[in-house]
Amino acid sequence: MFQYAMRRAFISIPILLIVLTLVFVVVRVLPGDPAVAALGDQASKEAVDALRARMGLNDPLWLQYLKFLGSLSRGDLGTSIISGFPVATQIASVVPYTLELTFAAVLLGYLFGIPLGVSAAVRRNSFVDYFNRVFSLIGLSVPAFYLGILLILVFSVKLRLLPVVGGGEFWDLEDNLTHVALPALALGMMMTAYVTRMTRSSILDIMREDYVRTAHSKGLSDRKVLYKHVLRNALIPIVALGGLYVVVLIGSSVMVEIVFSRPGLGKLLVGAIKQRDYTTLQSVMVFYAFLVVICNLITELAYGLVDPRIKYN
Amino acid sequence: MRLAFFRNRTAIAGGAIAALIFLTAVFAPWIAPYDPLDQDPIFRLEPGGEEHWLGTDDFGRDVMSRLIWGSRISLVIGFASVLIGMIAGTALGMIAGYYRGRMETTIMRGIDVVMSFPDLILAVAITAALGATLVNLILTIGVVMIPGFARMAHSALLTMREREFVIAARGLGARDRRILLKHILPNIFGELLVAGTLWVGVAIRLEANLAFIGLGVQPPTPTWGNMIREGVDVLINAPGISIYSGLCILITILAFNMLGDGVRDMIDPRLRGI
Repeated sequence: MFQYAMRRAFISIPILLIVLTLVFVVVRVLPGDPAVAALGDQASKEAVDALRARMGLNDPLWLQYLKFLGSLSRGDLGTSIISGFPVATQIASVVPYTLELTFAAVLLGYLFGIPLGVSAAVRRNSFVDYFNRVFSLIGLSVPAFYLGILLILVFSVKLRLLPVVGGGEFWDLEDNLTHVALPALALGMMMTAYVTRMTRSSILDIMREDYVRTAHSKGLSDRKVLYKHVLRNALIPIVALGGLYVVVLIGSSVMVEIVFSRPGLGKLLVGAIKQRDYTTLQSVMVFYAFLVVICNLITELAYGLVDPRIKYN
Repeated sequence: MRLAFFRNRTAIAGGAIAALIFLTAVFAPWIAPYDPLDQDPIFRLEPGGEEHWLGTDDFGRDVMSRLIWGSRISLVIGFASVLIGMIAGTALGMIAGYYRGRMETTIMRGIDVVMSFPDLILAVAITAALGATLVNLILTIGVVMIPGFARMAHSALLTMREREFVIAARGLGARDRRILLKHILPNIFGELLVAGTLWVGVAIRLEANLAFIGLGVQPPTPTWGNMIREGVDVLINAPGISIYSGLCILITILAFNMLGDGVRDMIDPRLRGI
């Protein structure tokens, strides 16, 4: 498996290189002068020119591109032109919050989605099934940031049970959990709805298989057939597509972070765009692409865990 | 097929709601009780009442009129961007799947690159680069939609290009363009239409996300995403502004999802009830 993972990572390198080029181009065509953005509109022309030279913005584009790749290869993401802090430090300080939020949403999705999906499939066309189908349809339709606002209104403003905004102290467990609860619920709703739907359809598909009929005719109890034969096989597409859906969650986490004013990559990205902080913007985008590649790789490797028939050659 | 659609209650409900929203958008100037841009500073943040059914916003503008007008932006962006994504994505996917070889590698690796970014991150970056105007938003969301359609068309082409009717057309001397447009496209169009219907909802959500960040069509033009953002600033005093605007987005996306599911059942009966 390790060899396979390394080979897949190696294959991803050309794609990541093109991604880096794309990010470089997009950031360079952003309107406005980064030096002016850093110094403000009132800055003198001399100061702007000096900063432009220091930032290497007067170099030809190909040289800027090579310097960009060179810095990245050394793990140097540059320094924020607005805050003056190294971008790597900024990213490192907020990544745990984004990963925690995404992980919590995935956990909620599987924790609630699988039992809901199973109950809907087992009692097909019953009230439970109908309720779960409506729930998953609404869950897939509601924008995470809107759900976040509703949750703030109910749990923070009306009931005063949980904090309205912020991420809390990351290493303080209680503070952390109270701050992540509502954002995770807002983001996890999509995942729960998706997993519910996937589980239901996957189980209904598997239930039609010959080996399930054989298991029933052997005299196994319904419970045993469901958990030993149906669910284990139904989990394969659930894990596969669920893993791919994590990428959607990483994207949606941006909105949730903004609604809850929670530290994270998304808030850093939007802040960088608004302040024209080009160094931070390009690094955050590269980091997002890197996260997507890693997520896809983990999903592929997870297939082997749930489906022993898959061999990594 | 038509019968299958009319038997599907979810699809009918979705279609009816979508049609109602469409009619609201078309007839907005006649339905809206007030001009959505008219400000009345004396009646700021009024709760719902006889004069303003859903109240007024921070500038004293009628919330209901702004919601009605806001449907236009959401629907225009939803339909136009999906259309762009569908045309460009399908063309790229079909060319890649039909010609294979170097052409396929180039196109599909390009698609992989675009898919290396979560949808929203890509949309945020492109909108920031192009500027937040209606046309740019349509283009941006259209670009984000391309990979999905391209992958779908590509995988369909891989099986379709070896089918007897394609080989027969080629044997009869039909040109590639004719084979692609007249023989293959009609066979994969149903699948693309289902995805298109479902992705109208995705596009509307993306637009709302961008508007909420401040990268949507700029105020004072009423859009549902803008209205939610403006409502958040006065959430304690006038929660209705955000709640009603979000509800409009939710209902619209829901309608297209229901319609898409229904059309899918109609085209592929094996999936009915799944």
